[in-house]
Amino acid sequence: MTKLNWTAIGSIADIPPRGARCVATPQGRIAVFRTADNQVFAIDDHCPHKGGPLSQGIVHGVAVTCPLHNWVISLETGKALGADEGSVRTIPVKVEGERLFIALQALASKAA
Amino acid sequence: MTEKLVIIGNGMAPGRMLEHLLEAAPDRYVVTIFNAEPRVNYDRIMLSPVLSGEKAFEEIVIHGDGWYIKHGITLYKGHRIVAIDRDARTVTSDHGVTESYDRLVIATGSVPFIIPVPGRDLPGVLSYRDLDDVNAMLLAAQSRAKAIVIGGGLLGLEAAAGLKERGMDVTVLHVMPTLMERQLDPAAGYLLQKAVEARGIKVVTKANTKAIVGDAKVEGVELIDGTIIPATLVVMAVGIRPSTALAKEAGLEVNRGIVVDDRMRTSDPAIMALGECAEVGGHVYGLVAPLYEMARVAAAGLADSEDRRFVHSDTPTKLKVTGIDLYSLGDFADGEDREEIILRDASAGIYKRLVLQDNRIIGTVLFGETADGAWFNDLKKKATDISAMRDTLIFGQAFQGGISSDPLAAVAALADDAEICGCNGVCKGKITGAITGKGLSGLDDVRAHTKASASCGSCTGLVEQLLKLTLGEAYNPAAVQPMCGCTSLGHDDVRRLIKAKGLKTIPAVMQEFEWKTSCGCAKCRPALNYYLVCDWPDQYADDYQSRFINERVHANIQKDGTYSVVPRMWGGVTSANELRAIADVVDKFEIPMVKVTGGQRIDMLGIRKQDLPAVWADLGKAGFVSGHAYAKGLRTVKTCVGTDWCRFGTQDSTGLGIRIEKFMWGSWTPAKVKMAVSGCPRNCAEATCKDVGVVCVDSGYEIHFAGAAGLDIKGTEVLGLVKNEDEALEVIVALVQMYREQARYLERIYKWAKRIGTAEIKKQILDDAEKRQAYFERFVFSQKFAQVDPWSERVSGKDKHEFRPMASVGFAEAAE
Repeated sequence: MTKLNWTAIGSIADIPPRGARCVATPQGRIAVFRTADNQVFAIDDHCPHKGGPLSQGIVHGVAVTCPLHNWVISLETGKALGADEGSVRTIPVKVEGERLFIALQALASKAA
Repeated sequence: MTEKLVIIGNGMAPGRMLEHLLEAAPDRYVVTIFNAEPRVNYDRIMLSPVLSGEKAFEEIVIHGDGWYIKHGITLYKGHRIVAIDRDARTVTSDHGVTESYDRLVIATGSVPFIIPVPGRDLPGVLSYRDLDDVNAMLLAAQSRAKAIVIGGGLLGLEAAAGLKERGMDVTVLHVMPTLMERQLDPAAGYLLQKAVEARGIKVVTKANTKAIVGDAKVEGVELIDGTIIPATLVVMAVGIRPSTALAKEAGLEVNRGIVVDDRMRTSDPAIMALGECAEVGGHVYGLVAPLYEMARVAAAGLADSEDRRFVHSDTPTKLKVTGIDLYSLGDFADGEDREEIILRDASAGIYKRLVLQDNRIIGTVLFGETADGAWFNDLKKKATDISAMRDTLIFGQAFQGGISSDPLAAVAALADDAEICGCNGVCKGKITGAITGKGLSGLDDVRAHTKASASCGSCTGLVEQLLKLTLGEAYNPAAVQPMCGCTSLGHDDVRRLIKAKGLKTIPAVMQEFEWKTSCGCAKCRPALNYYLVCDWPDQYADDYQSRFINERVHANIQKDGTYSVVPRMWGGVTSANELRAIADVVDKFEIPMVKVTGGQRIDMLGIRKQDLPAVWADLGKAGFVSGHAYAKGLRTVKTCVGTDWCRFGTQDSTGLGIRIEKFMWGSWTPAKVKMAVSGCPRNCAEATCKDVGVVCVDSGYEIHFAGAAGLDIKGTEVLGLVKNEDEALEVIVALVQMYREQARYLERIYKWAKRIGTAEIKKQILDDAEKRQAYFERFVFSQKFAQVDPWSERVSGKDKHEFRPMASVGFAEAAE
């Protein structure tokens, strides 16, 4: 896999700052986050602890706090921060102007 | 394979044993506890401060309910085990629960000794053993009448001091010539008597009780010499005896206590015993230090982690009466081969006596000045030859080797294996090691990690000095707990400064107070958002991204990511139309579960997030608004049917409940607020465990507050009695507004009230009409902006993005 297959998911304006939206995929929900300084990250919407929907958490810095049991997950690495251990898949994101794209390897093979 | 461990009794010894066991072998046993007392494990030696009012029950709880849940331990509260079947390996409780065991631990403790005199069964005769006894004494103390404590030992004197503190006229009857004769020599006993009498407590020694007199209840105590001393309360504190009946019936070997070997094993290898009920090496114990050592030994045996044996040692005695310092240890009887060193300072009320044998300390009695107790204990334990310092020994550690009398230096001079906490057997090295090794910064940390100072608390000063010594300048005992890692400011400072500086946005607060993070965290942001909503209701724009998901989507998130929805039913009253609408919604959206809540509402669980707006739309058509079951805000007002229907009702409790709920719904508060209105003192709406409650009486409305019935259980306090509904509403609203303005985020009313003090709240809300009116008006003003139904807002399109995925990608049919 050298070439990423970018899929458009909408505009950055669709996501509130310090918020998240979901993208439905055949492999499950992906959470797309927008930070206070307009960086965009995508990770699986599934906390490594008990599967909580990370998209529903409070976004702070480049991290999100899971709404179920307050695990804090780094948006950059997908890893749990602090004393907890676990990680969640990160998905590449590209911002072109206002438009957002994500790259799913599994999607690439499916769509081909 | 996990084995079944059953524990009979839930006192301090088995509680401590479980802590050790969970540390050594967390998954080895499935644990079930039967506790004859209907509550969790608490620090029994702190009952005296509860009686005297220096501490509240919640402060002496060792393991809250959450602890049992966290460790998967089943706790049967209020279950007394009535039979052990050793062949079948089962125990059976008085409520008929039978549990099988692989290993059984008996920790039934002790029962107070009741002297067999006529009248001992009269109402008004109490023992001093558990929280129920304390509560009964507190109730009796409200009369401010005469009380007699029989027994001038440790427990009796603490009971007497507590009752005196609560305003009773107290007499102590003691059968021996001097007080605490088992722990003190006559000289110290005399000084103690003077100190007790100086507090206004009468002491009668050589007092032999003949009978407790009274008709239907206690009226007094008659002594052998015919004297009758009147009293309405008699507390017997003449000693305890191990509670062994159950073990005896089961055929275990029982002497004074349940006989165990030095690994706490009874005559049945599957059964251990520990605590006050156990007898080891011919001794039974009543002080906490040896009991905790038993816990360590028993846990090691259960975990197979080490070969630990119980060894007898003397335990110092301390009296927990504020202002009386007393310390006694070891053997202090006179003897031919013994010498003594005595220091008396009559004007300062100091008496110190060391008993020596072969130049080694074997006994210590200290009165009035006890700081050197730990040091003397250490010398005794190690059998140090004291000949070299004999001349100055009695003056204490500070006078040895030219060390200054600075208490810090004295602590610094202690050896690493010197015992600091006698209750828990924690030495200096363990504490300082934990402080540096685990980066501890305060007393609570040390208590959590080492248990030092976590039981009777008398070594707290020493532990604080160790913190000071180890951390130097970094130790700040008065330090305010910061809101979170983003700031060093505490909640109170932040609240005060938001008002003082007129800050009206979260970024402004973070900028002004130099937040360490760019946009806070999940702890501080919801708090700041609440403070700003509360302080500037008309000017602050609520920041939804700083709210927890439940408050953002006005429903409760469940473990599978679905939501539950609770419509408001004013005062818990509903109708056929409402129920029909709910039934239709449940069918239409295939809602998997419908449940009646504890707050008299109906909860629909398992709703998909994307369905929420449509669910609300349908509920809205039937007239429902959001029930705020998710909010740090007004939840529910429970009511009973009052004068409308009930033959006992004194007022229209349903009507008042609905009125309060309609007035106050929609308001945000620091933590959830649950209310109730009961129509008579039978209290069917359970108003006396709510954040705010009303109990209607013939003469008006009794306003209650600061109750709790969650992780903590606490009855309400009475704010006052008002005459009519209008006054009741005004007082309640003003109280809640005061709480809204002053409490820390997530602090329930009972915790806030404890911090502020009930007296202060009464003063501002009941006594100061102007203040009350001002609170009331501020609440009314803020409601203008708060009473908007969040559901109908969202049905009409607000926050649409919350409920729909941004995109669907990768699905074959959706691909473009």
